[in-house]
Amino acid sequence: MSLLDFFYSNRAEIWMLTLQHLWLVGLSMLLAVAIGVPLGILITRKASLNRPILGSANIIQTIPSLALFGFLMPMPWLGARADRLAIAALTGYALLPVIRNTYTGIMGVDPGVREAARGMGLTDWQLLWHVELPLALGVILAGVRVATVITVGVATIAAAIGAGGLGEFIFQGLAMVDNRVILAGAIPAALMALAADFLLGWAGRRLVPSAK
Amino acid sequence: MLSEVKRLVMPQPEQQPAMIEFCNVRYSVDGERDVLSNLDLKIEAGETMVLLGRSGCGKTTTLKLINRLLEASEGDVRVEGRPVREWDPIRLRRQIGYVIQEVGLLPHFTIERNIGLLPQLEGWPPERRRRRVDELLQMVSLDPAEFRHRYPRELSGGQRQRVGVARALATDPPILLMDEPFGALDPLTRAEIQREFLALQERLGKTIVFVTHDIREALIVGTRIALLESGKLVGTYSRAGFLSSGEPAVTAYLSVLRAGDRATES
Repeated sequence: MSLLDFFYSNRAEIWMLTLQHLWLVGLSMLLAVAIGVPLGILITRKASLNRPILGSANIIQTIPSLALFGFLMPMPWLGARADRLAIAALTGYALLPVIRNTYTGIMGVDPGVREAARGMGLTDWQLLWHVELPLALGVILAGVRVATVITVGVATIAAAIGAGGLGEFIFQGLAMVDNRVILAGAIPAALMALAADFLLGWAGRRLVPSAK
Repeated sequence: MLSEVKRLVMPQPEQQPAMIEFCNVRYSVDGERDVLSNLDLKIEAGETMVLLGRSGCGKTTTLKLINRLLEASEGDVRVEGRPVREWDPIRLRRQIGYVIQEVGLLPHFTIERNIGLLPQLEGWPPERRRRRVDELLQMVSLDPAEFRHRYPRELSGGQRQRVGVARALATDPPILLMDEPFGALDPLTRAEIQREFLALQERLGKTIVFVTHDIREALIVGTRIALLESGKLVGTYSRAGFLSSGEPAVTAYLSVLRAGDRATES
C-alpha cells in the first residue's frame, strides 16, 4: 500500500489523533498564556523576582521532555491521568518564551512614552492597559508563536505516557518498523506546527501596526 | 513689561493659589553625592519660572520633585500649600500638565485619543472630549479636521510637540511643567513655537515651570529665571535683573549670549 493510500484508509484515526493533539496543545497554550503573561508583567514591576521566575522557567525548559513527563508521574492529582500530566508538562515548556517575551516587550516600550504617561497621572493599571500591553503585543505574540510551535513538537512525546495525540502513530510505527505509520503521525504534526506558525504570524501582523 | 501690566490689570484666573514652594530640599540617589541641596524656591501663581543651568545642574530633578516623579530626600516640596508627600500622587499629577522633550505621544493612538486620554480617564463624556480636543488643537495652531485622525508618526517634530502641549492642557490644570520642550526642534520651528507659547501664556495665565539650558530661550519665555549650578540655587532674577547682574555664574551666561550676538553681526 502506498503512503497516500495508507493515509486515506486510516483517515478516521489520523483525524481523531489530530484532534487529540490539538486539544493537548490548545489547552497547554491557554494555560501558558494565562500564567506566563501575568508573571511576565510581575517581573517588570518587581525586579527582584526576575531571576527566580525566569530561572525556574529556564530550568523546566532544559529538562528533556521525556524526563519531565517521568518526574511528574508520581505527583498527586497531576500524575493520576495521562492527559493531565501531559498538559502540565507542555504548559511548563511553553512558559519560558511567553514570560520572557512579555517581559522584554514591556521593558522595550519607549521610555519617553512611559514617562509622559506616568507624568500625566496614569495609575499603574492604566499604564499597563493603555500603554504597555498594546505596545508590547507584537513581542508577546512572537513569544506565543514560538511557544506554540515548540508545544506541537513536544506533544508528540505525550503519546509515550498514553496521553494520545499524533505521537501515537510515531511510536507505533517505530515499534512496527513501518515508515508509513510513522509518517501518518509525523506529517500531520509537522503541518500543524507550520500552520500554527503561519496563523500566529498573520495574526501578529494584523493586530500590530507595522510602523510605530 | 506689557505682560506684567496686563497681569495686574486683568482679572486673575479663578483658580486655587497655584503656588509651588521648595523648603530646604535635598535630593540624592542612594547616598551618593547630592544632586540638589539646600533648595529654597518659591514660584508664584501665574508666573513662568525658568530653571536655567548646565547639564547635570539639577534642573530636571527639581522639576520632577514637583509632580512626585522623584521624592525629595529631605525637606518639603509644597504644591498649593500642601506638601507633595501628602498628596495622592495620581491626583497631584492630574493637576499638573507635563511636557517633555521627547514628547512621548502614544504611538498607537490617534492625535485625538492622545489628547483626550486624560479627559477620558477622568470620565468626560465623548462629546465634551471631542469639543475640548478641537479647542486645544486650535489653541496650538493645528487644524482639528486635518490632525485629529492622524498618528504621531505622521507628524513633524514641531507638530508633535504642539500636540504634547495640547495634551498637557487637556484638563486645564493650573500648573504646567516643561522639561526642555523645544530642545529637539530646529531653530526656525523653535522660534515659531516660542512665539506661540508666549501668546498662549498671555491667554491662559498658568503657573509654568520651564527647564532649559538655552539662555536665549530663558529670556524669551520666562518672567523669572532661577539659575542653578551643581545642585544649588545661585539666585532668582527678573529678566532685567539677570541682564544686569554681576554674579559670576550669570555673567558667564551673558558672555555666551553676547558672543553669539557678535557672531551674527558680520
